[in-house]
Amino acid sequence: MTCWTDIGALNDIPERGARVVKTHMGCIAIFRTIDDEVFAIDDSCPHKGGPLSEGIVHGKSVTCPLHNMVLRLDTGLAQGSDTGAVNTYPLRVEAGRIMLDTQGLRRERVA
Amino acid sequence: MTRNLIVIGAGMASGRMLEHLFETQPGEWNVTLFNAEPRGNYNRLMLSPVLSGDKTYAEIVTHDDDWYAAQSVTCRFGEKVQRIDRERRVVIGERGELAYDRLVMATGSNPFMIPLPGHDLQGVIPYRDLDDTERMMGLAKKPGAKAVVIGGGLLGLEAAAGMAARGVDVTVIHVMGHLMERQLDEAAGYLLKKALEAKGITVLTSANSSEIIGTDGHVSGLRLDDGRVIACDLLVMAVGIRPNVALAKEAGLAVGRGIHVDDAMITSDPNILAIGECVEHQGAVFGLVAPLYDQARVAADTLGDTPASFAPKEVATKLKVTGCDLFSAGDFADADDREDIIFRDPARGIYKRLVLEGQRLIGAVMYGDTGDGPWFHGLIKDRTDISDMRDTLIFGPAFQGGAQADPLAAVAALPADAEICGCNGICKSRIVDAIQGGARTLTDVREQTKASASCGTCTGLVEQVMAMTLGDSFEVETVKPMCSCTSLTHMDVRRLIKSRELKSMAAVMQECGWKTSCGCASCRPALNYYLLCDWPGEYRDDDQSRFVNERMHSNIQKDGTYSVVPRMWGGITTADELRAIADAADKYQVQTVKVTGGQRIDLLGVKKQDLPDIWADLNAAGMVSGQAYAKGLRTVKTCVGTDHCRFGTQDSTGLGIRLEKALWGAWTPAKVKMAVSGCPRNCAESTCKDVGVICVDSGYILHIGGAAGLHIQGTVIMCTVKTEDEVMEYCAAVIQLYREEAAYLERMYKWLDNVGLDHIVERVVTDGDSRKALAERFHFAQQFMQQDPWAERTKASYRELYSPLADLTMEAAE
Repeated sequence: MTCWTDIGALNDIPERGARVVKTHMGCIAIFRTIDDEVFAIDDSCPHKGGPLSEGIVHGKSVTCPLHNMVLRLDTGLAQGSDTGAVNTYPLRVEAGRIMLDTQGLRRERVA
Repeated sequence: MTRNLIVIGAGMASGRMLEHLFETQPGEWNVTLFNAEPRGNYNRLMLSPVLSGDKTYAEIVTHDDDWYAAQSVTCRFGEKVQRIDRERRVVIGERGELAYDRLVMATGSNPFMIPLPGHDLQGVIPYRDLDDTERMMGLAKKPGAKAVVIGGGLLGLEAAAGMAARGVDVTVIHVMGHLMERQLDEAAGYLLKKALEAKGITVLTSANSSEIIGTDGHVSGLRLDDGRVIACDLLVMAVGIRPNVALAKEAGLAVGRGIHVDDAMITSDPNILAIGECVEHQGAVFGLVAPLYDQARVAADTLGDTPASFAPKEVATKLKVTGCDLFSAGDFADADDREDIIFRDPARGIYKRLVLEGQRLIGAVMYGDTGDGPWFHGLIKDRTDISDMRDTLIFGPAFQGGAQADPLAAVAALPADAEICGCNGICKSRIVDAIQGGARTLTDVREQTKASASCGTCTGLVEQVMAMTLGDSFEVETVKPMCSCTSLTHMDVRRLIKSRELKSMAAVMQECGWKTSCGCASCRPALNYYLLCDWPGEYRDDDQSRFVNERMHSNIQKDGTYSVVPRMWGGITTADELRAIADAADKYQVQTVKVTGGQRIDLLGVKKQDLPDIWADLNAAGMVSGQAYAKGLRTVKTCVGTDHCRFGTQDSTGLGIRLEKALWGAWTPAKVKMAVSGCPRNCAESTCKDVGVICVDSGYILHIGGAAGLHIQGTVIMCTVKTEDEVMEYCAAVIQLYREEAAYLERMYKWLDNVGLDHIVERVVTDGDSRKALAERFHFAQQFMQQDPWAERTKASYRELYSPLADLTMEAAE
């Protein structure tokens, strides 16, 4: 079951930038690409926990601001010779509003 | 038995539907056609050629009076439909009501007018119908007429080009960063802008309109939000259309953005169909003609009780502006599970981009050479597996003949007179001759033929010719490219930015043949710096191409908190400033207060959301950002000089303050640290700084090229000068030379190693004119740079970026 929660407007996020959403599971970074695609991944780099939301966004990837690990926004997988991954979260954009599926976030918290 | 059909709207969709109807069901329908415009059906797509003078109205009429008469259509043109009574199945027009068995709504759309102040002035028009077109044509008769077009989409550009072709002085205002952003990517948008500018049209992108200004009730200009006013006699708003649903809504039909229809084009009332721009099908509305024609055919079949179903297809866009050849089809959004094949030929102004997903082509954008567009469009529509022709796909159908897919084969197949290097006009045979005459390396070929010696984008091709001619004995030379997005070096790119006056990132990527569509985390910050350095006051800084420290104006720490360093000019502070710093440390729970190596105070452990507040507090106490994070001037360290020291020879503290006040805010290729020592005892450690000054009795010794980081390096002496004013001028000049010549992230000592001390001494010391020019360029740039980033970012428009988008911990707790 999904639970779409309105977390804000697309235009609240700068193009090729990110904002975070606080959850009980930790911060989730919401990215907006130059093509107005939106992705949600954990805000913590698998390498040393860098805030991915502060990285440089290029194509569908982000480069971690601490040590330059590159992660894909759609799969959460580290690129190049690096290994590691972050969780990705389903979201969709409806009439300019970003809807995040928060069901999983709650279920895991209860579990 | 004939049934009564009423059609509301005589546009392109309804015209096409009637054609199908009379063809497939002759004599079965008694048709009445309502139209608000006092004329019948014409090809609205051809209004642009009418405007530009390539066609006349008579030539674009699709259904004339004779046609309607031959089909026995009752035309009620110029009569508005007032109401539809679905219970009684009648349409009520201004001149009485009429019953229907079936009704087709083809009411089209209305142009959207931005409700700017002044939008109701005379001379503010949309671009929608023949009347609007005639208004624009009429303007051209007035000598010196000026027009503003708001909207850089298809329609706006066609309006602009049409008026420009008739001699009107036209300015296009577009709110987005590049033209036609829905159809084109940045690179193609850049080429289009260049082509329109060559036609004399002024194009302003990223421009926000704030107010339409009028005189005596008539438009006289447009004011932008940056205060600029563009005078005009006519203002055309071409910013989009909205489905015209008023009649349907009032009749109680299901309406969203458009009139809801199912796959058979039937609305929520089974006796009413809708087609064209007024409909919404599965959440989509339509503005291009191809799907409208499909809908027209489906609606005709539905009326004849033949099962038919509308399925939207990929559509292609073409701009009807003479000399601007562009094509766009499918989905060309950039994404990592998609791959791009990009072809750029800067000399010929050609750009082609294919977007692949797996083994299928899903999008194509082309500019300059669009001949293969329809073929690519076919591959997209048919979902053709392109794996067999992938290597040569970008070259179009002509190259898909044989099974040969070796890229060298394509070069081998080129005729001897094929041009390889566009800049220097070098053909293949010249290069082959040079190789057969003994040239063995790329450098040899460059020296002997000049091929690839100018812009360098043909280097790959020249190397292929060499590989083909020399076989295994040829090894590709390794020049270290800037990043994997390009084969050019940092220096090549810097040179091209200046020589070709490239003033935007899109321009650089196009003209330098970038292999990716929007760069990477390595080249974007570098390009942002180069453009900022070379075009002060013109290029607009791109925040998203900056590393986090510069974007946040504080240093990011390992735990994601930030450290904040206020500027202390020359290392001097006051009791009041210290109190303000202490108060800020308390208020924002600063974990550590540390004196830095550069004699400044560092507040470590500030949370991101507190940044705007702590900056505002420090600003209020008179302090600005210390730029301790910047690829720019960081600190000028000083000793106490003659003020207190028994050895000090000059006012080193005062000079340090003066230097810091003159040089702060300047972006440089890498960080710049400075120091002023009052005597050779060198308490300020000037000899390990990028620029160091050592005061002596006779004047000032200027040192450059020191470092005390990963690499420890003492300075070298550049020169000795007599006065403080000279120190100021020489320092500004050497920093400007470094700004203009170094590669991004190259510290001053590395640049010094590369160019040699002689070169710097020549430009800054020996040649006085050169020094003065450098210093002048530095000070010119400074007027745009010396703005405290903290003050800017404490404004409301920035503040929200520092707080979370949403806090779900609160919601989940409920």
